[in-house]
Amino acid sequence: MPFTQPEPRFAGGNDDLARSTVSMNNDQPVLSRKAVQRLRERVIETALFLAALSSVLTTFAIAGVLIYESIPFFQHVSLKEFLTDTQWTPLFDNAHYGIMPLVAGTLVTTGVALLVAIPLGTIIAVYLSEFAPHKVREMVKPFLELLGAVPTVVFGYFALIFVTPLLQKILPNLPGFNMLSAGVVMGVMIVPYVSSVSEDAMHAVPMFIREGSYAMGATRFQTSVRVVVPSAFSGIAAAYILGISRAVGETMVVAIAAGMQPNFTLNPLEPAATITSYIVQVSLGDLPHGSVGYQTIFAAGLTLMLITLGFNIGGYILKKRVREVY
Amino acid sequence: MADRQVEQIRDLISRHKRWDSIFAVIGLLSMLVGILTLLALFIQLFIDGMPRFHADFFTSFPSRRAEHAGILSAWVGTVLVMLVTAFAAVPLGVASAVYLEEYARKNWLTAIIEINVTNLAGVPSIVYGLLALGLFVYTFRLGQSILSAGLTLALLILPVVIVATREAIRAVPGSIREAAYALGATKWQTVRDHVLPYSTGGILTGVIIGLSRAIGETAPIITIGALTFIAFLPHSPFTPEFPFVSFQWLLDPFTVMPIQMFNWTSRPEEAFQHNAAAAGVILLLMTLAMNGIAIYLRSRIRSRLKW
Repeated sequence: MPFTQPEPRFAGGNDDLARSTVSMNNDQPVLSRKAVQRLRERVIETALFLAALSSVLTTFAIAGVLIYESIPFFQHVSLKEFLTDTQWTPLFDNAHYGIMPLVAGTLVTTGVALLVAIPLGTIIAVYLSEFAPHKVREMVKPFLELLGAVPTVVFGYFALIFVTPLLQKILPNLPGFNMLSAGVVMGVMIVPYVSSVSEDAMHAVPMFIREGSYAMGATRFQTSVRVVVPSAFSGIAAAYILGISRAVGETMVVAIAAGMQPNFTLNPLEPAATITSYIVQVSLGDLPHGSVGYQTIFAAGLTLMLITLGFNIGGYILKKRVREVY
Repeated sequence: MADRQVEQIRDLISRHKRWDSIFAVIGLLSMLVGILTLLALFIQLFIDGMPRFHADFFTSFPSRRAEHAGILSAWVGTVLVMLVTAFAAVPLGVASAVYLEEYARKNWLTAIIEINVTNLAGVPSIVYGLLALGLFVYTFRLGQSILSAGLTLALLILPVVIVATREAIRAVPGSIREAAYALGATKWQTVRDHVLPYSTGGILTGVIIGLSRAIGETAPIITIGALTFIAFLPHSPFTPEFPFVSFQWLLDPFTVMPIQMFNWTSRPEEAFQHNAAAAGVILLLMTLAMNGIAIYLRSRIRSRLKW
């Protein structure tokens, strides 16, 4: 089956044309055909290279846009106020520009999500990699994948309509919007990411290491917990970092289920805005280019990006430090 | 004496072995949590959405009265945005992957590109929305249009397409390439006539997974400023006069399924929750169908291909 060509073919490189010239005239066209072909190969290679470079350009564009659009904001608000003020009310008359309430909301929802996702994800990964019969594995993995594929807005609806009322039966004072239910749902949502990456890591642990442990008389559980998990630690850490990045950047679940009021609290039972849900809230309104609202979402986005970057660098260092080489 | 020691050791072993079975049960329960959540989510959405499942729901515009509100503009918008996304992401993603797998030399530039693709996959989706707001909407002046949205989602799924394509290309054995070179094929001829055809299935799987992610993305599209209440359709891509196709729709305002659902979810009136649930069911079915196709394709490729 012919594949759609990603780049337009170089006009001079038509095979049929080149071939017919060769058959007609034998001395010169051979050379020109070669030259044309070489040129065509070069053009194609350059085009493919430019395509590959586009991903690097995207990164630069992200950094560039976030920084460039935040500059007017930071000319107006000092970094000290941004980091130490405990109120975030940029669109009010009495404007305060402290990012901390949004950061707190992000950290609380992320924390709740991780409390759900890390134990569940790790247990599932150990079970699937070390305990489950092949058939169970093959059956369960697609289901977990589907869980990871459900649109986040649907999870948001589920958190608001199903999980919050459920939690209210246990905690009667829980408000309709709260970070707990958003965090729990987010946690279940990122379980597949955590479990599949850590399972891959455990799968990569060579068999002889397990065999050594079994030969010493260890049980399956002992081998899993004391040998396989530590050996796969760098991969498992990568899975956790992925989970954290997902949770920090998750938007719709918190925007729907956690309320969108900035609230400087670490109590998951309260409603609060996160960095991401603030961006959504502002974007839903009228947002003229260059307005204060417009500037604040880029400053918020920059903060979000730096937090994600921080976790990723932390994960990278952790991974380097404990990397096992077989 | 010896008997007692044997007894003790047996005891110890069975005690340790008990942990094995306890953990197996915990493992099964953990998986059950995930699967039950999926089930509860589906059932809840289905029950809530039930009253809205009739043909009118698909052919009506959003309305202030919940019973009459439908998803016409939303699903049309979703289809058009996905078209733009696929047209932008597939050529770009496949070309990048071909370069990285077949052409790239091992040097620092290649290393940067590779690390970069991995990192892009971890960038929160809403950040892509901010990028698009600053770049597509205001710098390139594309406005809050279908084109802006499609390009944004294309950037978002680019890493998925690149990674899947690279895996597919890597699975093509070297002997195929060597055979082509032996017959005098150039590099590009080898790639075009042998490597890409053999990896089409894998690429397709990656593209479907990527699009299924794009179809449910809400945050970046809200960020570029998509409207939530659209009671008209974009211009038709087909015109009665010559040249019969029009690209006017690319610059039209639009809404998509997840935004419509979000809009209904955030309304205080309870009647709109039924609309939200019904839209959610449709969205979920679309995503699950796409993922199902991808999982099926992948397993078929795996079982069929034996080099």
